Amino acid sequence: MADAVMTGHKYVTPTRKRSGFRKMMERKSTIAFLMALPLLILLSVMVLYPFGYSLHLATLNKSMTRFVGFGNFAFLFKRETFWLVVQQSCIFAITAVVFKALIGFIVAHFVHNIPNKGQRKWRGMLLVPWVIPPAMSTLAWLWLFDPSYSAFNWLLSFVGIGPIPWTGDAYWARFSVILVNVWYGAPFFLIMYLASLKSVPEQLYEAAAIDGANWWQRIWFVTLPMMRNIISITVLFSLIVTFANFDIVRILTAGGPIDKTHVFATWAFWVGIQSGDIPLGATVSLFMFPILAVCAVFILRDIHRRGNEA
Amino acid sequence: MAQVSLRKVVKRYESIQVVHGIDLDIADSEFVVLVGPSGCGKSTTLRMIAGLEEISDGEISVDGDVVNDVPPKDRDMAMVFQNYALYPHMTVYENMSFGLRLKKFPKEEIKRRVAEAARILDIEDLLERKPRQLSGGQRQRVAMGRAIVRNPKVFLFDEPLSNLDAKLRVQMRTEIKRVHQKVKTTTVYVTHDQVEAMTLADRVVVMNKGIIEQIGAPNFLYHSPATRFVAGFIGSPAMNFIPCKLEAAGDGLTMRLDKVSFAIPAERVARYKAFAGKDLTFGIRPEHLTDAHPNGTKNVAQFDAAIEVVEPMGHETMVFFTVNGAEVCARVDPNSGAKTGSPLKMAIQLDHMHLIDNSSGKVL
Repeated sequence: MADAVMTGHKYVTPTRKRSGFRKMMERKSTIAFLMALPLLILLSVMVLYPFGYSLHLATLNKSMTRFVGFGNFAFLFKRETFWLVVQQSCIFAITAVVFKALIGFIVAHFVHNIPNKGQRKWRGMLLVPWVIPPAMSTLAWLWLFDPSYSAFNWLLSFVGIGPIPWTGDAYWARFSVILVNVWYGAPFFLIMYLASLKSVPEQLYEAAAIDGANWWQRIWFVTLPMMRNIISITVLFSLIVTFANFDIVRILTAGGPIDKTHVFATWAFWVGIQSGDIPLGATVSLFMFPILAVCAVFILRDIHRRGNEA
Repeated sequence: MAQVSLRKVVKRYESIQVVHGIDLDIADSEFVVLVGPSGCGKSTTLRMIAGLEEISDGEISVDGDVVNDVPPKDRDMAMVFQNYALYPHMTVYENMSFGLRLKKFPKEEIKRRVAEAARILDIEDLLERKPRQLSGGQRQRVAMGRAIVRNPKVFLFDEPLSNLDAKLRVQMRTEIKRVHQKVKTTTVYVTHDQVEAMTLADRVVVMNKGIIEQIGAPNFLYHSPATRFVAGFIGSPAMNFIPCKLEAAGDGLTMRLDKVSFAIPAERVARYKAFAGKDLTFGIRPEHLTDAHPNGTKNVAQFDAAIEVVEPMGHETMVFFTVNGAEVCARVDPNSGAKTGSPLKMAIQLDHMHLIDNSSGKVL
């Protein structure tokens, strides 16, 4: 008996090893990892490598021949334009996201209240700004803002206003880039909020109505708390995209007049590509990362804390 | 507390009418249950009382004041929904106090009322929890608590026990009755479960296809149904319906069921005389159709039944057989010796019989 066990044991050991490997391969987590592996490799190549490379670039001198450590960062801190860009990027991103969220929320409510029959075509039409390539639609806006042939100025002339220097004056130029960004990005908020609104159970509104809530109280005490997670996610996502916006500012104002509409991406492009100082351009673009990372940490932590309350 | 009146209330969804001009008076402190099958208009009626559905025609009044155009928030009613409709982002305390906070009650008063309701419902330990941390029964209690704290004129319950398992449903049924006995608020309760209706109601309103079939106390409806629908809907197992023919026999009447015929009790002859010669439906509840005893009492008719199915329940046995093409259920003594495939002598207690006019569906 003992022999048999021993003999069995002798032959079992290698089989166990094989079955252990097979077991590992059959484990759901292993399969999941292997299936995600191509994406992970793609992400590494497309994201991590450029990120690491820009970190490396940021530590070089203008001709990329000498390591300067934090020299580029120190140089930027002393430049007035840099602080102007920081300020403008924050104003641009925050104002645009607030208006996009607000308009998206209001329009989503209107669309939600349209009977199902007609709702589809409204949803389709309202999504149009978001599906047109922004470079193309911004060109159309550029014509609308044109100093000589502005359609807006033509319309405003009938009520005795104008002409407004849409892209020629610093404040109007900032207003214009924000306006175009809001026009382009609000449909994203609309569609996300509409989906979220549809998932709020109708009975909660009915319960609130019976509890004595008026329309505004139903929005404040039912709709907003029920949509909090989706609002946080969309705001975070849009904040990242808007902060890193390039095309709208580039086409509409190219950062002008006198750098007054530059945001990080356009200024990094200006400094790095157009002025030929690639390490300094890389340094500028790296400044977006910590700002967005802090936003992401706060918002995601809030979402995680609340968890799934449904 | 309040009286609620419905006068010729109609509900139409575009061209489809779902409630056909119902009249109902609910007295102060009364517990009224609207019962009926799915789609009979009972929930719509409740929602019209709550103000959640507009009234297409007619009038709803509370304490004599017409409330047709009064929004739900101003009707001073509280409602318990089928799936509780608790606010998932609020704690139990916040859920229960929500209505009072909106009405700007003093904090101390809110605290006192919530504590009182929590004590009545035995949920004092749950006040800091969120709805997702509660079981179905606990959620149900919180939903009731939210209604109680407001001390409204009327409580409205929309199938509140449908999502609970059978055991909890029985427990919560008793709980609801106990709460009503304590707070005595006028209550309108909707259910499709006739057992709930019978056990809870002061009066039951049986609805079918958008009309009220009958209103009455549970026992009255059980023993004196006005229509075939009520007779079949109230009671479990349901009343047996057997096709029959009423025939004149001298001064009396006999009822023919296929091969057997029974003499109609003398005291009922005058009531049924006008229908002699007509094809009718004979209705009898399973408990009035039992195994025959040798010393049978008055107005009991006996016949032999070929038993097809036997269902022993312990304290009684249900037997099934066919009479005149209709499947019939009877309650017999567990010691009656009923066996599948064997004949059994059955007795019909004709004092409890019903005759139904086939064309109108009315109980004669």
